[in-house]
Amino acid sequence: MTTGTVPYIPAVEVEERETYLNVSGKIRSWLLTRDHKRIALLYLISITFFFFIGGAAATLMRLELMTPARDLVRPETYNRLFTIHGVVMVWFFLIPAVPTTIGNFVIPLMIGARDLAFPRLNLASWYLFVFGGCFTVAAIVLGGVDTGWTFYTPYSSVYSNTNVVLTIVGIFITGFSSIFTGINFIVTIHTMRAPGMYWRRLPLFCWSLYATSCILVLATPVLAMTVTLLAIERIFHVPIFDPNRGGDPLLFQHLFWFYSHPAVYVMIVPGFAVVSEVVACFSRKRVFGYWFVAGSSIAVAFISFLVWGHHLFVAGMSMYGGIVFSFLSFTVAVPSAIKVFNWTATMYNGSVSLKTPMLYALGFIGLFTMGGLTGVFLATLAVDVHLTDTYFIVAHFHYIMVGGMVTAFLAGIHFWFPKATGKMYPEWAGRIAAGLIFFGFNLTFFPQFILGYLGMPRRYAGYPEEFHLLNVMSSAGASILALGYVMPLVYLIWSIKYGKDAGPNPWKAMGMEWTVPSPPPKENFTKIPVVTQEAYAYHMMTPQGGDGPILPPAPPGERVEGGKPVDVEWSKQ
Amino acid sequence: MSQLTALEHDSYPAEQFEDTQQQSLAATLGMWTFLATEVLFFGVLFTGFYMYRMRWPDAFADGAKDLKWYLGGINTAVLLGSSYFVALAVEAARSGDRRRIVRNLLIAIALGVMFIGIKFTEYGIEYHDHLVPSLNFSSVSPEGQPRATQEQIFMTYYFVMTGFHALHMIVGLCVLAVIAFFARRGKFSAAYHNPVEIAGLYWHFVDLVWVFVFPTLYLLRHP
Ligand SMILES: [Cu+2]
Repeated sequence: MTTGTVPYIPAVEVEERETYLNVSGKIRSWLLTRDHKRIALLYLISITFFFFIGGAAATLMRLELMTPARDLVRPETYNRLFTIHGVVMVWFFLIPAVPTTIGNFVIPLMIGARDLAFPRLNLASWYLFVFGGCFTVAAIVLGGVDTGWTFYTPYSSVYSNTNVVLTIVGIFITGFSSIFTGINFIVTIHTMRAPGMYWRRLPLFCWSLYATSCILVLATPVLAMTVTLLAIERIFHVPIFDPNRGGDPLLFQHLFWFYSHPAVYVMIVPGFAVVSEVVACFSRKRVFGYWFVAGSSIAVAFISFLVWGHHLFVAGMSMYGGIVFSFLSFTVAVPSAIKVFNWTATMYNGSVSLKTPMLYALGFIGLFTMGGLTGVFLATLAVDVHLTDTYFIVAHFHYIMVGGMVTAFLAGIHFWFPKATGKMYPEWAGRIAAGLIFFGFNLTFFPQFILGYLGMPRRYAGYPEEFHLLNVMSSAGASILALGYVMPLVYLIWSIKYGKDAGPNPWKAMGMEWTVPSPPPKENFTKIPVVTQEAYAYHMMTPQGGDGPILPPAPPGERVEGGKPVDVEWSKQ
Repeated sequence: MSQLTALEHDSYPAEQFEDTQQQSLAATLGMWTFLATEVLFFGVLFTGFYMYRMRWPDAFADGAKDLKWYLGGINTAVLLGSSYFVALAVEAARSGDRRRIVRNLLIAIALGVMFIGIKFTEYGIEYHDHLVPSLNFSSVSPEGQPRATQEQIFMTYYFVMTGFHALHMIVGLCVLAVIAFFARRGKFSAAYHNPVEIAGLYWHFVDLVWVFVFPTLYLLRHP
């Protein structure tokens, strides 16, 4: 970025190179593309659209909660708002967020493949996603749905007179989009790795997305069938969950949470994926305990299938069931803590540079830890009885999903933005936005922990006078948060046109995606590379860094200078 | 199926793969992963069914007695037979015998269609016996026996389980038809026959689901 480098990058040459972006500019070539990089961008546009729909609903809710009285919207409207917010954010933003955008873009590049294993299926997934989204948008436009994103029966299947079926159809279709993405990633990571990319050299990003894909493939069909049963009961008035005719609403809750608890991890494990990459890069150190970080992703995915019962502690569950589920829920803390400690240990003694992606990653670690620890409160049976269905729960899962996932998503977007576009964004703007988001987020959701502890129930449009101050704080924080989310949208779009050229590897990062030009050519690699070293060999990088991160393998014994690993003065470069 | 039609125009291996072995490995693993999804898909139905069966053992045993077990039994044989011919088609594909692929697949398809025919005949009988919940379920059987309300749950699960299975059969029949069409056009050889294997995998899975559906619905006739 110094002026001295300008003569070495003739601008004309950069513009003439064929990339995945300029290979064809026709709309048709985008809509029929099989290129994983273009599909990732299609997804990014779609989920951004849905993010702002969900965000608009949240904004209205926070506006309503500015005052204790139910004055801005009617309670029925408020029910629709939180349902839309939940449905859109969960299925149309959080679940696809990292896997379908960043994952789609970088997995083939990271493992040295030309594309995902099934490029057509990948495009079909996007079309399914959009098609399902149309149903959900239609449901919103036609008056919304008021069951909450959990669709508990019998309210949803018998009593609610809103657009339940339309919403369910949207979720069902989108579910298949998730399943196909999961299948694609699993098969790609198994079969498309470049020569030498052994499992032990696989970037942790891929490990985490592999775990995520396993959850998507094994949990999503359960949701699909469960909401299908719900729709069948609603449309044909046959008894399935209806207690009046021998059915059991608890069966619905068990099935729903058998999906939705693992789905919560679909909304956080990809965040782990991004943070592992970012922390290693901006600490200039190899990830501490590679196998523990990789294994803990798999462990989280496995345990996620065993803990759904903690959502039913007060819904009617035997004491022994509660104890078992409580204990199993505690075990989630183990792999989660491994992650947090290993990231911290990675930073320890590293040359940490606080670039925008790193700021987000640090925010993630803090907020995720908060969310995780309060999760332990909720897994404790006695405490849960007090806190269930209060704002404590709302704050807890927003710390995981928004503080965790959305922050990690933004970390990833800022980290790989130069790779995808070939441009840099203004660093100062990125830092300000990261700061705003961290501050705004905490101001929004920390008061909600206190509100919940004091007993304010969730899902009400009004509340007693004594909760006023904390709710005003929360709403004020939400407006800062909203500003923080709009900022990247503005300056990133601006940077696509006016940003400085990034070069192939602006962060001097390891990883094969940084060995190809930015933006990458359509076929990713002219020749499939041969991998000769581990994923995070930052300790082997010379102080000069160089543009290509993967150095030719040094013969054993030359990897160190004077018996010590080469120090990289990263921040002073 | 778009994968298959596109085979016509595309190079083999497809551009994202390095060699044919990688492509067939990926395709096979893809199908196995999809089948894992399918197991969970049907798993929801079995879970709910057995939970309700434990809660209402009498109503569910009566429900099983109201079904025509011999029709289900015949269908089991028909379906296992079709799987046998699909296996023969895959065997033929390995040796690159185009004629035998087509012939075996056509027999398998015929048996599959027969299964669907018998299944819909059964639905007709159940309609006639006033067993369809919310449409014409009667609390008294044609023989004058009283029926428990909860038998409606049994019948709902019966229709959903067999209905989803039939849906998978219809998809499978379409896949087999497309494979037979391409086999006839000489698309497959001893070197390239992976689509036949993968279609076979799917068909065997659908068969296997029925092997669990049949005893679950028809044979548990005692509370
Ligand atoms: Cu949970």
